[in-house]
Amino acid sequence: MEKFTTHTGIGVPLRQSNVDTDQIIPAVYLKRITRTGFEDALFAAWRKDPAFILNQEPFNAGSVLVAGPDFGTGSSREHAVWALKDYGFKTVLSSRFADIFRGNSGKQGLLAAELAQDDIELIWKELENAPGTAVTVDLVSKTVQCGNIVAPFEIDDYTRWRLLEGLDDIGLTLKHEEDITAFEATRPAFMPKTLPAKLS
Amino acid sequence: MAKTLAEKVWDAHVVRKGDGEGANAQPDLLFIDLHLVHEVTSPQAFEGLRLAGRPLRRPDLTIATEDHNTPTLDIDKPIADLTSRTQIQTLRNNCQEFGVRLHSLGDAEQGIVHVVGPQLGLTQPGMTVVCGDSHTSTHGAFGALAMGIGTSEVEHVMATQTLSLKPFKTMAINVEGTLRPGVSAKDIILAVIAKIGTGGGQGYVLEYRGSAIRALSMEARMTICNMSIEAGARAGLVAPDQTTYDYMFGRPHAPQGAEWDAAVAYWNTLRTEDDATFDVQVDLDADTLEPFVTWGTNPGQGVSLSARVPSPEDFGDENAKAAAERALQYMGLEAGTPMKDIRVDTVFLGSCTNSRMEDLRAAADIIRGRTKDPDIRMLVVPGSARVRLEAEAEGLDKVFKDFGAEWRFAGCSMCLGMNPDQLEPGERCASTSNRNFEGRQGKGGRTHLVSPVVAAATAVRGTLSSPSDLDPAPESAAVRSDAA
Repeated sequence: MEKFTTHTGIGVPLRQSNVDTDQIIPAVYLKRITRTGFEDALFAAWRKDPAFILNQEPFNAGSVLVAGPDFGTGSSREHAVWALKDYGFKTVLSSRFADIFRGNSGKQGLLAAELAQDDIELIWKELENAPGTAVTVDLVSKTVQCGNIVAPFEIDDYTRWRLLEGLDDIGLTLKHEEDITAFEATRPAFMPKTLPAKLS
Repeated sequence: MAKTLAEKVWDAHVVRKGDGEGANAQPDLLFIDLHLVHEVTSPQAFEGLRLAGRPLRRPDLTIATEDHNTPTLDIDKPIADLTSRTQIQTLRNNCQEFGVRLHSLGDAEQGIVHVVGPQLGLTQPGMTVVCGDSHTSTHGAFGALAMGIGTSEVEHVMATQTLSLKPFKTMAINVEGTLRPGVSAKDIILAVIAKIGTGGGQGYVLEYRGSAIRALSMEARMTICNMSIEAGARAGLVAPDQTTYDYMFGRPHAPQGAEWDAAVAYWNTLRTEDDATFDVQVDLDADTLEPFVTWGTNPGQGVSLSARVPSPEDFGDENAKAAAERALQYMGLEAGTPMKDIRVDTVFLGSCTNSRMEDLRAAADIIRGRTKDPDIRMLVVPGSARVRLEAEAEGLDKVFKDFGAEWRFAGCSMCLGMNPDQLEPGERCASTSNRNFEGRQGKGGRTHLVSPVVAAATAVRGTLSSPSDLDPAPESAAVRSDAA
């Protein structure tokens, strides 16, 4: 995973709550078997509307998405994170993220930064008044800067550390393989196994 | 310290405790007892293993089925959609390469992954269950800690049979009282979501408790736990009891003989202790609950079926007001319209929320001897091939076909429209599924989430209806009611 320390890019105000993963990437795009190439799928239904924010310059070149509360609700599809990354987003700011989306972001190096809703509102106004304003998201100091606004954000320490170091989760876990093997030996005999298959 | 059920299951699976305390705590490494796999969220995970040269650690704790893409017609022919066909073929190749048990289209155990696990007896109390699908919360009905994961985590479980997880907070959902006739588990969970909101459960594991929950069958409990994710919670569970054991006994992978006794002894310990504390308590009165239905584009935008479409002005919060305005526009609804005046085009009975035997029986009981509204298209999609076979053995297929509904093969179908079962733009659907998001059931489609009996009554009358709106005797109901 690529390291994330700080990022500066054009902020995109998405004034909407409950942006579910079906909106971020509709199910029809989930039939692909690759992990890249999802940029055309991002917000596919909404992008058909010429008035949609990502169809406006300079927001179409944005890399910091500033969204309403409850971003990423619904389906567990990690394709939502892939689509945001493939389009060019490095970070999403919101006052509330769905748990699975937040987890998926952390695994893929997309920073999900949780800000107070009041700060989100201030940043929205700034970005709407001065389109193209850059937003800096600094993971070291856990702050967001946009124009004269400086706001703190929340992220759990473990995800922050993994993002800063660019660490691979599976590699970290396999360092503890002995513990896994020891645990497996204690599993009760009555717990089911899928193999050999038993059928009704 | 006294523990809740979720904390007990968690503690029994800690492979390695994370360092640190409180807010700075590292995640725990938890062992995963059962990994369910389907074609949509697994190809990139298998590819990751291949690229890293890693084996799949525990094929004997892994099972796969085909559900999201599968057609519900002509299943004996090659899948017409090439990308769907490729994705399913990729799953077949991967399962063969990594030694994973797979139930393919045409197999008697094929079906929606969350219907297949319980019906095979693979889902048991006290287990940790994961799947690359957010409705994995369904399995919590057995007192298992079950949650949806993303594809990176799918790969992590494949490689290590563990997950790194930060401890959850706990929320008790207390549902006391007795449900009235025509009110079901679906109405309970829709009311819970409307009450706490789509983000209310974020960071929590929900435990459904109280007399109304204890009185529910296993399939009804699955309906409730299934939609925990729609309240923002990754997992929701119900403590196991005699209802659970009766459901499990004799299933293919249920323990037998002395192992059954050992298992029951363990399962009996899986209760929240009396002096354990939840971080949050939510109470719901079952006695006064009515059939529930959504009017908007997220599952929290719901009301009683006897109510009217709300106005954006009813919402104090600016974001909720804007969301309501947008939802009404998308749904083509005017504030103040009685919900029961809303005419629908399609009725969908299916999905991991409501596609099991009880759901089909409940709907069949409503429509038996009655006539479908001539303009309604009704799709009945059993949750698994096994459910379809059982329903046919009871003659339910004939009830649905006589009524004029389409009797289909098993899969996720119109819940998310990855196969050809989709709504047309502007088409309105009463659906027993779990998500009413924009475009979820087809581009421009409009979804109202309902219970199976409301879906059935709606198919009779053509407008959103509860069973109590129907003429009492099937003979008289054969004449179409124009009351709405």
